[in-house]
Amino acid sequence: MTTSARRATARSGRPERPGRTLVSAAQWRSRRGRIAYPVILALALLAFTVAFVLPLAWVAVGAMKSPQELATVPPSVLPSTWHPDTYGTAWQYMDLAKYFLNTLVVAVGAWAVQLAVQVPAAYALSALRPKLGNVILGLMAVTLMLPAAAVLVPTYLTITDVPLVHVNLVNTPSAIWFPAAANAFNIYLLKRFFDQLPADLLEAARIDGAGPVRTMWSIVLPLSRPILAVVSIFAVVAAWKDFIWPLLVFPDPARQTLSVALQRFAPDTPINLLLAGLVLASVPMVGVFLVFQRQILAGLTTGGVKG
Amino acid sequence: MTSFTAARMRRRLAENLTAYGFLCAALVCFATFSWYPIVRGVLLSFQQVDFVNSPTWVGLDNFRRLFADPLFGVAWRNTLLFTGLALVLGFAVPFLVAVVLNELRHATAYFRLVVYLPVMLPPVVVALLWKWFYNPGPGLFNTLLHLVGLPGLSWLDSTSTSMLSLVLVATWANMGTATLIYLAALQTVPPDLYEAAELDGAGVWQRLRHVTIPHTRFVLMILLLLQVVATMQVFTEPYVMTGGGPQDSTVTVLLLLYRYAFVYNDFGTASALSLLLFLVLGIFSAVYFRLTRRSG
Repeated sequence: MTTSARRATARSGRPERPGRTLVSAAQWRSRRGRIAYPVILALALLAFTVAFVLPLAWVAVGAMKSPQELATVPPSVLPSTWHPDTYGTAWQYMDLAKYFLNTLVVAVGAWAVQLAVQVPAAYALSALRPKLGNVILGLMAVTLMLPAAAVLVPTYLTITDVPLVHVNLVNTPSAIWFPAAANAFNIYLLKRFFDQLPADLLEAARIDGAGPVRTMWSIVLPLSRPILAVVSIFAVVAAWKDFIWPLLVFPDPARQTLSVALQRFAPDTPINLLLAGLVLASVPMVGVFLVFQRQILAGLTTGGVKG
Repeated sequence: MTSFTAARMRRRLAENLTAYGFLCAALVCFATFSWYPIVRGVLLSFQQVDFVNSPTWVGLDNFRRLFADPLFGVAWRNTLLFTGLALVLGFAVPFLVAVVLNELRHATAYFRLVVYLPVMLPPVVVALLWKWFYNPGPGLFNTLLHLVGLPGLSWLDSTSTSMLSLVLVATWANMGTATLIYLAALQTVPPDLYEAAELDGAGVWQRLRHVTIPHTRFVLMILLLLQVVATMQVFTEPYVMTGGGPQDSTVTVLLLLYRYAFVYNDFGTASALSLLLFLVLGIFSAVYFRLTRRSG
């Protein structure tokens, strides 16, 4: 911050940065602005904390109350006696290790299959440009226009009896992996990124005798780390959050993902154990978010506007 | 000369073969799990299907069965109510929140972090959490209402508030995405326009109306369409929180579709309903697609 900016901050309470917004810096510096800014800031902080942090804290703490205490009206703010062991009990009671593992297999597999399928496809459409490449791209685009719900039933029937090979994928993670790979949006994102790589570089590789596989692996991929990170994170997060599709393809309780298992357990699990289970199920994604915050928030706007 | 063209054609062929080698996995996935089901879904709408007998053509019977089902109208009404309420809350609120956040210069990282936090939670977890919050007795929401001296609500247990309760969950869980996208869009509004409007004597509200909104109109439009398409397919919240009750007040189109397919095993009628849903949403998707294509 420059000295003049710091002086301005001291006057208005609102740090100044280049680029103005709806309300001008001068207005914020006015007498009304100087009073309004801290009030608005405080209200926003309070509102956001109450709306987004309080409910989560309420559950994380609530899970450590006894079931009797959880039923009292009005509820206590903090547990009269803390039962942190509820988390361990819930882990055992619902056999959460199994469902975490199932979800992990689904998510990591979906990620690996998606990259293995989508990256070469996007590379081919971007750099190798085969005959009918545009037709293929158009046919993929058509699937983007289709609401997922509209093809739920026929896709499910396809999973129960895959054409030509006649395998039933129900109760196997493949039922998630391969349909996930047919994601036109990711192929678009990747292709658009590959399109922007300097053509000279690919040409130079070709002249040096690198084949398409080598070019993709040693030149395109290392340059594409940002977009690969975005696609990877979204693949894993989507697989972890998905509900309706895993609900359909995992009728076998032993194969279910966390989401499907938790809603199955919900009606007849003691409330404190259920709450602990919900908190535990949220930890991995919250962790991913805290670690990859920058990539995730940047990825939001990378993909045009599609979240 | 001929051998030269032949060599060129051979090379061209080899290049195409290589390219299709790169594409083949994607083509197989799309053909099997996307293109084929699309075609099959249309055919299924006019067939009777079960796992035992081979499908038979039944003409418009599936559609007739749907129209005769009293839940059909109820489901569409409920879904439109959900979409409508979700637009009022989920469309306007994130935009206003983003406008305010764009003015604030403190704790910006905190605001962005917490507003997006619910987006990372699995929707089932969110639905189950909120079901607990909605508990009229020891639930968080009635406790908060009592705290500020208001009477409690029956939330999910009453037909008049059940749908609104579901909309609140969905809005809370998803508004982070819209807020952050708006925030990014707001930062692209050229400062000179604000300056010029100010010189012309435009106040804050006028600037918001005549500068901010026109300049972010494209993003607003896109998110509006995406939100309509997404909310018309609402399933997780009613399935997990109410099961369609009380008194069918939260039966949505997708919940009805699920029942036809996976409770009654009537895949034909379920497909007919999918086709109708597709026709309705197809219009919105097509507009979305045109808008994004044009912008590049």
